[in-house]
Amino acid sequence: MAIFNVQVTIENKPGISDPEGETILNDLVLRGKYDSVSKIKSAKMLRFTIEENSKESAQSKVQEICDDVRIYNPLVSKVTIDVFGA
Amino acid sequence: MKVGVVVFPGSNCDRDMFHVLTDVFHLDAQYYWHDKGLPENIDAVILPGGFSYGDRLRAGVIAAHSPVIKDVQKMSEKGIPILGVCNGFQILVESGLLPGVLLKNDSLNFMCEWTDLIVENNKTPFTNQFELNQKIPIPIANGEGKYFADDETLKSLQKNNQIVFRYSDVVNGSSNRIAGVCNEDGNVVGMMPHPERAVESEINPIDNKPSSLIFESLLEKMGVKN
Repeated sequence: MAIFNVQVTIENKPGISDPEGETILNDLVLRGKYDSVSKIKSAKMLRFTIEENSKESAQSKVQEICDDVRIYNPLVSKVTIDVFGA
Repeated sequence: MKVGVVVFPGSNCDRDMFHVLTDVFHLDAQYYWHDKGLPENIDAVILPGGFSYGDRLRAGVIAAHSPVIKDVQKMSEKGIPILGVCNGFQILVESGLLPGVLLKNDSLNFMCEWTDLIVENNKTPFTNQFELNQKIPIPIANGEGKYFADDETLKSLQKNNQIVFRYSDVVNGSSNRIAGVCNEDGNVVGMMPHPERAVESEINPIDNKPSSLIFESLLEKMGVKN
């Protein structure tokens, strides 16, 4: 068993509006003349510390948790799971 | 008849709701703390507004996993009238008792203002005293009140007559201006606006009678004469 840090990023699916990202882009970044930026998406990040046998089992356990207790709402959001060593 | 008002950590409209049920409509109401079950002899259940669990993660999701929700689910299957107001509506969608989801308002602001609702379904236990298309002046107070459902769900909501209330104007970006929906059987209703803040003339500057019909509909459904 080993300790893993697992990063869960929750963001809106494509097609679901993201007014927070749009506001940061239009009213902050573009107003600051950084006009090479074309898109900003907001997201929420959770960092899990979990003890598992392998990187793969850490990934699948966290995915299971996210689905089971609805860490994200699958109607409108998706999660991206990245596993790092402790 | 007995109405259960479920209280979660962070509910803050539970007392307003209790006051309206008992002092205005003379119903027998009782508070039920979320981590206990509901007794069998309850005739209606209300999930009041507030900020259960401080809206952590997202509004309603943590409360949707409270032990009491299993009993609310059982009661919904028995056809008992269930009303979720504001955070109560958010809890009902997060627990899967109602379709769709509530997202941050387009403005990203917490919106606290009077709106006009249009009654789209007058067959539910909370709308049976309304005329179809009747207007209800009523306040909203929420940050995550934008109703969203995908096109397929919107079509089935329309087909099954599950859209209960619409805003008369575009308020917050809700799909099809939806302000309240019901389940397929029609006994579970969720709405973002606050009827408990609108039924008394002292605090309603426009017209308190339409909002009162929400509670009078429940009385009618239960056969209670006031």
